[in-house]
Amino acid sequence: MSSSKSRFSWQMIFTIAMYGFMYIPILILAVYSFNASRYSSRWEGFSLQWYVSLLNDFRILSSLRDSLTVAISAVAVSAVLGTMMAVGLAKYRFRGKGLYRGISYLPLIIPDIAIAVATLVFLVTLSSILSFVQLSIWTIIASHIVFCLAYIAVVVSTRLAGLNPDLEEAALDLGATPTQAFLKVLLPELMPAILSGCLLAFVLSMDDLLISSFTAGSGANTLPMEIFSRVRTGVKPDINALSVVLILASGMLAFTSEYLRYRSDRQRSNG
Amino acid sequence: MSTTTPNSSPSLSHPPKPGGNWQRKLSGFIQPLVLLLPSGVWLLLLLVFPTLLILELSLVPGYRLGQVAGDYGLGNYLDILQSTYLQVIGRSIFFALGTTVLCLLLGFPVAYWIAVMAPKQWRNLLLVGFVLPLWTSSLLRAYAWITILRNSGLLNLLLRSIGLPGQSWLNDTPAVFIGMTYGFLPYMVLILYASLEKLDKRLLEAAADLGANPFQSFWKVTVPQTLPGIAAGGLLVFITSVGDFVVPELLGGASSMTMSRLIYNQFLGATRNWGFGSALSMVMILAVSIAIAFLLRYGDRDSNLT
Repeated sequence: MSSSKSRFSWQMIFTIAMYGFMYIPILILAVYSFNASRYSSRWEGFSLQWYVSLLNDFRILSSLRDSLTVAISAVAVSAVLGTMMAVGLAKYRFRGKGLYRGISYLPLIIPDIAIAVATLVFLVTLSSILSFVQLSIWTIIASHIVFCLAYIAVVVSTRLAGLNPDLEEAALDLGATPTQAFLKVLLPELMPAILSGCLLAFVLSMDDLLISSFTAGSGANTLPMEIFSRVRTGVKPDINALSVVLILASGMLAFTSEYLRYRSDRQRSNG
Repeated sequence: MSTTTPNSSPSLSHPPKPGGNWQRKLSGFIQPLVLLLPSGVWLLLLLVFPTLLILELSLVPGYRLGQVAGDYGLGNYLDILQSTYLQVIGRSIFFALGTTVLCLLLGFPVAYWIAVMAPKQWRNLLLVGFVLPLWTSSLLRAYAWITILRNSGLLNLLLRSIGLPGQSWLNDTPAVFIGMTYGFLPYMVLILYASLEKLDKRLLEAAADLGANPFQSFWKVTVPQTLPGIAAGGLLVFITSVGDFVVPELLGGASSMTMSRLIYNQFLGATRNWGFGSALSMVMILAVSIAIAFLLRYGDRDSNLT
């Protein structure tokens, strides 16, 4: 009598429809990237010409290089700083700790546009005092580190909260120096969390449009900036081709991340 | 366990270090400093200080780049009170609230089905599959809707092929709602799932045994139990959409001017009024803070009850 136990409930049909809602636009992008026609929505034959023009597009390739430079540098610095911050916040009590933690959450809460504006104003003010500070790829990296380290710290903190504190104590009791205990005991335990935090930060950095646009000046051009300047004037089939390439790449990242989580879950339940 | 090591006496949690008390005190001070100072300095320099700087700038009416700061006043904030700009703020909140409600309505059945009704061994995979699109660029996901909604786009092509007149979907309010809901629905499902996963199903059975119909047990059992999740998911979607720039800019057209687009124009667009843009940013930060304060109060009350 209960309809909720039957195999085809309305919730299930609704959920399937919502999966369609999430994936159909992506599929449509992919299909059109093989369409021979430039402007029409009608199918006018299979073609790889947009992929060829993508590979010959110097601006896209150089903006991809800028984006990767920014994301990799910012994530590398943030992995170290964010992990240190999470460990410091978990281990020590001090005055102003609540304030410190609160500030570290701000990049997750404040809208990107407000952070972007504030950073621009700060950098322009700074460059009027210190002439070597110029808006460039370095200022993009510096401002990406702010949100990257915040996200990595949050992910690492979650893992730290579920960790057994006795392990490090035991290492110290057995004569390890604090540095040794950190490197040999705590760090391996935290590694899965650090890696998934880094993946998250990498994706966010590659996706960021506003903070990069405001801190780039004329020197650098990231991939989202380049895509944005093209698609705001309409549909571009070579951007469809680019989407397919990026979607495949992010799919692989997502797979890596899920695999890492799966492995660390197994480790935890075994250990 | 060997008892021959001198350090294993149970009364000492740490082996005494050579160098005495002052050195231990010093290292106890240096360790947290080394761990916390670099991030702290970075956040102060590139987040807190800049925010204070735009707070100051927002108090300089009509400040433009290159102008010497001075003449403080509330002019920028008074400008925001003009009806054009109040309309923009109202529209941003309308978009954000509408998106939140849409995500809640669409996301709840999905999260419920995955967390409660789907076969247990499939749940993780189903959830991951639903939030997978979050990994792709938000810019490209908004762009995908241009392909579908533009005048010569796929939707109108389909409508015309079944004999219906095409509509102008793009550059209007519906396109913004579609784009934002599409963008933020996975967040909602993710948070509601975490909440629904912990749902005590015995209570649902008890309610059914006591004669409640599915509608009653949903409102009296399921909703109260998942209220923290609903509040958290709603807040996350609200904050994300109230500050969103990409969707209103790409899908909304000229009629959908929102706060973030207005701020963008004050700095990178045609207007270049930094003082006014800073004041708008402060208003946006304030709006988000109020939303969070609401949740914290609400969450506290909720945890007091349980």
